Amino acid sequence: MLQLFQHLGHQTLSSFRKLGRGSYFLVNTLRGFPNILIRPRLLVNQMYSVGVLSFLIITISGLFVGMVLSLQGYYTLSDFGAEASLGVMVATALVRELGPVVTALLFAGRAGSALTAEVGLMKATEQLSGMEMMAVDPIQRIIAPRYLAGIISMPILAILFSSIGVLGGHLVGVGMLNVDDGAYWAQMQSKLDFRDDIINGMIKSLVFGCVVTWIALFEGYDAIPTSEGVSRATTRTVVNSAFAILGLDFILTAMMFGD
Amino acid sequence: MENSHNVSHNLVSVHNLSFYHGQRKIFDNISMNFERGKITAIMGPSGTGKTTLLKLIGGQLVPSNGKVIVDGQNVQQLTRTQLYELRKKMGMLFQSGALLTDLNVYDNVAFPLREHTHLPESMIRTLVLMKLQAIGLRGARNLMPNELSGGMARRVALARAIALDPLMIMYDEPFTGQDPISLGVLLHLIKALNTTLGLTSIIVSHDVHETSAIADYIYVISDGKVVDQGTPQDIKHSDSDWVQQFMNGDADGPVHFHYPAPDYVDDLLSYSTH
Repeated sequence: MLQLFQHLGHQTLSSFRKLGRGSYFLVNTLRGFPNILIRPRLLVNQMYSVGVLSFLIITISGLFVGMVLSLQGYYTLSDFGAEASLGVMVATALVRELGPVVTALLFAGRAGSALTAEVGLMKATEQLSGMEMMAVDPIQRIIAPRYLAGIISMPILAILFSSIGVLGGHLVGVGMLNVDDGAYWAQMQSKLDFRDDIINGMIKSLVFGCVVTWIALFEGYDAIPTSEGVSRATTRTVVNSAFAILGLDFILTAMMFGD
Repeated sequence: MENSHNVSHNLVSVHNLSFYHGQRKIFDNISMNFERGKITAIMGPSGTGKTTLLKLIGGQLVPSNGKVIVDGQNVQQLTRTQLYELRKKMGMLFQSGALLTDLNVYDNVAFPLREHTHLPESMIRTLVLMKLQAIGLRGARNLMPNELSGGMARRVALARAIALDPLMIMYDEPFTGQDPISLGVLLHLIKALNTTLGLTSIIVSHDVHETSAIADYIYVISDGKVVDQGTPQDIKHSDSDWVQQFMNGDADGPVHFHYPAPDYVDDLLSYSTH
């Protein structure tokens, strides 16, 4: 029994210690942002590897999620003769929830894990130490551009996901299930609110971008510099990011859409 | 055995330094001096904290007690900006080379120049080619780190370490895992760079013969203490049995071949009693 308490205490302390290290790391990273303005090339390179390389998985997933939403929505809506509302249903689900959440989950799996592995291996191969000894701050040079790239990329990817999803929904609803083309777009246009739906969805994805990229970079930077340590850190990135995304989504949804 | 170095001639001095890693004591009140323009070696078995000592000198770790003075400055009392300024005068050659894997040989050597100077690209090119020529790898400038052998990677790291013309270079196990030719090249380079550039070199190594061949002064450390120090000749004729075993690579001596264990015969026969 005593051992259980001891274990619990140890876990709690180490969690708080890690949170403290993570916060310190985040503050240092944010302080590195002005440095990026001097050399925007670093950001552009990272935007490519974090954002552009995630483009394919995001668009394909968006297409299929939109298609499935349309299919399932049609079966339910047609029972009530409301299949004309298919467009607004697909768009609302995508823009408010599925766009930001699924994009963030995919981003954590695709770009987040890559960031953790990259930074962790840089630590394991002493590249970060080497930079420090060359009087170059690795947080400014390596971490900050990657963090900013993640924050910028996530909302863009979420917008792409939702847009492609709406097109996928159109493909199935209008193309295969004969929903009226005009109704699909017109209802979407009249019911979807720019501020309440689109802006709120973008805020969500911005928050997810900040959190997921922070988790990914910190796990890599804090990893035990061995192959096993990096492997565990990569797993933690995906798992912790998923928890953070889903938990934050609930909180943000309650704040944004709860009247 | 008394260290006769004149303090004012020392580029680096370690005073009464103790360092703990968690509960484990790595250094116990050690003092060392590294004379300007000389090659000083720190030798000792694996796991004695030789690399830790280099990190303490470079300010990457903070000692539990004592102080490290580099070029007249107490490393632990410097602000971050001052420490980074000081590090521009220090080169460090990591055991793995620590080359940036996303940059080719040329860009790796140019990296510190681009980070710390505002030189035009034409001048950076000239400087990089000069450094690469010095280490004999001017022709390999377009290769990526994963296309280099271990010895070549260390030579490139050496070129990068001297890119900013530092006062000193710290070598972390430079000879480990090198074939005889690479070893010969590295020995030649370390000695030649020290002489021609007037560098102060600190070599951490357990490769006794190679290090003794080029070092001006040697510290032998074990269990967190300096067990012997002197010129390579002094160390070779040390009175200490432990140092003799270490220098000659004897399988048995003060450090026993066998890890402490119960009596062999008893151990073999004890199976039936279980």
